[in-house]
Amino acid sequence: MNTFEKIQKVLSSKIVGIAGCGGLGSNCAVALARIGVGTIIIADFDVIEESNLNRQYYFYNQIGKKKTLALKENIEKINPKVRVVAYDIKLDSKSILNLFSGCDVIVEAFDKAEMKQMIIETIMTDMPEKPLVCGVGMAGWGDSNSMHVRQFGNIFFCGDGKTEASEKIPPLAPRVSIAAGMEANTVLAILLKDEIELSGSYSTTII
Amino acid sequence: MALKIILNNKEETIEKERLTVAELLQIKNFIFKMLVVKVNETLVKKQDYDSTVILPGDKVTVLHLMSGG
Repeated sequence: MNTFEKIQKVLSSKIVGIAGCGGLGSNCAVALARIGVGTIIIADFDVIEESNLNRQYYFYNQIGKKKTLALKENIEKINPKVRVVAYDIKLDSKSILNLFSGCDVIVEAFDKAEMKQMIIETIMTDMPEKPLVCGVGMAGWGDSNSMHVRQFGNIFFCGDGKTEASEKIPPLAPRVSIAAGMEANTVLAILLKDEIELSGSYSTTII
Repeated sequence: MALKIILNNKEETIEKERLTVAELLQIKNFIFKMLVVKVNETLVKKQDYDSTVILPGDKVTVLHLMSGG
């Protein structure tokens, strides 16, 4: 088996929960689907609007569709072996615990800071051992080297940690994709920790 | 007397004998409106910032959140 086959074998039994299917969630889910995460649980209540297409992994002909259904459709086109479980729901503490307690890793992919705070507090209080990967600060353009990953116990922060999205500083595909890619990369490293042995000099850390 | 704590994985010395979460946020200029604060393993809610005292050696995590995604 080559390394990617070994990776696929490990990932095929893993479950990742993604809270939110906007710019972070859709791009992160697609990256995880490509490499073969076995089960991806997605949740969102929103409908695709034209303004979402500047960064979210949807197509023009999907405008008006539920994000969860459209994302499931898109993932199935990319990798039909992935099992996508989609919940059309506005997440709160209770539903996060219900839907994601069986996941190996949870991805925070909300847009609003209040929702990011809610999921972090929920996981810290009720599932402190569960790895949670968050996206924090990815609006604007340029300044690629400010994007980084920080670890606080089982919580990982991906992004520049400073730029708030606003009318003046919108979230756009390039930097949102970097943050979503960092989230997916962190998830992958957590899932592969102690699973893949490579001989030689290559070694990797989670962050 | 100064107070030694671990703040966001780094050792910090605060020039105060008694320190609350509210005072720490002010001293460190953590003025962002959306925060998650944890002292050791306990989550500290906004209404408890004034009454929660930080002791020497405490591990304090202050996470600053902003919209975008």
